[in-house]
Amino acid sequence: MRAIVTVIGKDQVGIIADVCTALSNVSVNILDISQTILQEYFTMIMLADLSACPLAFSELGDQLSALGKKRGLDIRIQREDIFDAMHRI
Amino acid sequence: MLNRHDILQTIEMIDRQHLDIRTITLGISLLDCAHPDTATCCRRIFEKISEKAGTLVETGQAIEAEFGIPIVNKRVSVTPIALVAAACGTADYTPFALALDKAAKEVGVNFIGGFSALVHKGFTASDRALLSSIPQALAETERVCASVNVATTRAGINMDAVAQMGGLIRHAAELTASAGSMACAKLVVFANAVEDNPFMAGAFHGVGEAECVINVGVSGPGVIHSALKAVPGAPFDVVAETIKKTAFHVTRMGQLVAQEASKRLGVPFGVVDLSLAPTPAIGDSVARILEEMGLEACGTHGTTAALALLNDAVKKGGVMASSHVGGLSGAFIPVSEDEGMIAAARSGALTLDKLEAMTCVCSVGLDMIAVPGDTPAETISAIIADEAAIGVVNNKTTAVRIIPAIGKTVGDTVAFGGLLGSAPVMPVHAPESTAFIRRGGRIPAPMHSLRN
Repeated sequence: MRAIVTVIGKDQVGIIADVCTALSNVSVNILDISQTILQEYFTMIMLADLSACPLAFSELGDQLSALGKKRGLDIRIQREDIFDAMHRI
Repeated sequence: MLNRHDILQTIEMIDRQHLDIRTITLGISLLDCAHPDTATCCRRIFEKISEKAGTLVETGQAIEAEFGIPIVNKRVSVTPIALVAAACGTADYTPFALALDKAAKEVGVNFIGGFSALVHKGFTASDRALLSSIPQALAETERVCASVNVATTRAGINMDAVAQMGGLIRHAAELTASAGSMACAKLVVFANAVEDNPFMAGAFHGVGEAECVINVGVSGPGVIHSALKAVPGAPFDVVAETIKKTAFHVTRMGQLVAQEASKRLGVPFGVVDLSLAPTPAIGDSVARILEEMGLEACGTHGTTAALALLNDAVKKGGVMASSHVGGLSGAFIPVSEDEGMIAAARSGALTLDKLEAMTCVCSVGLDMIAVPGDTPAETISAIIADEAAIGVVNNKTTAVRIIPAIGKTVGDTVAFGGLLGSAPVMPVHAPESTAFIRRGGRIPAPMHSLRN
């Protein structure tokens, strides 16, 4: 199952490292990353493969959300289908 | 692989523009619960709903978490109770309402629709029992919603039913006067009611439907408003196209959630109702969309045309996005549930007469409108008759959900709380319609109902 992880917030040192480590700790494979910094705002979008991840979706979501809160960032994970459904005919 | 723009746009719609799934409604047939003994019938009703809808709320919550889209309400609709209770031979249908209320609390849904009767061509004994039980049933229960279909394009208008409903609405208002006449917010009178509407208070599970079905109501007035703000001053072709494309996105959300819910619950997918349903929150208003089109206040001249464009563009965009579109599917104009409507009504820019004109071009009727507490029953009936005539002649669904605010008058406000919002009391015409309503009988079906 593939999901999109979105990280939005004020740019800080080590965001990419922290998020990637958190994901790799639970065997989530990152397939694609896109990231920009506009003024001081950081947006990162990752396409992740959850097939080897032992956690339930909601558990993973909670973990990422908690990590985000610690760093003052909004981190969310959503199944890929929602974006495909909304934007493709 | 990743389209940044699409992803960020979706997140923006959810976070800032109030994009959500307004409801997932599980429709359940209760026809097999019929039984001559009232207590047994009620028990069957309770058990069937508890069984079929047992996992609805948690499934909704799981889908919300995984897709990151809020699903605001999880609800249940059932077969019109006038059909289910017909074998019981009792005159008081309150026990059935209590059973529905108990079941709704058991499964955790906030509303259950279907305490209903279809009387467009006449009354059965069961219909009569249900109708006369409505005020008490709504006063005694929390989550039950009732509806009565009094007209169809094929059958004409049952003016006896119209006359009766005026009195029942007043009675329901009086019984719940201390709670802002709340019972009336859970009662809808329809013309051309549909069998698969997922929205309350008019939802019921029609007899042509399957055993169980999942219907989804999406919502996105805020999203549409934001899209229009990006094209200020553009000609109407661009406005229509912008709304259409945005409606596509919004409806696709509903389609995805509906299919997912259907899969997880093992219940067939019914329809996506692509209605633009507002809430009292700022940024979630249909009235403000109309004003964005260039009207100083919703309710002024041009409002009907604006709403006609909006209603049509929403349908065109939505139809491509979903495999089955149904329910009411258009723009809703509930006065108490729309921050812009409330403001326009309060300032006097929006009147009952203009709302009536607007119902000719959108998907519901006179909805969540508070009128003075001393409004005569016949006046309420006459308002219903007018709406029924609009629906019947134009081959569309219309409805009336009107609240006589007992003890209040023009200038006062009635507060219902939550998504039901609050409504300024609106004036009605003073000259009476008493002799008109007292005639009774049936207004025959219009000429164009003869389509065969």
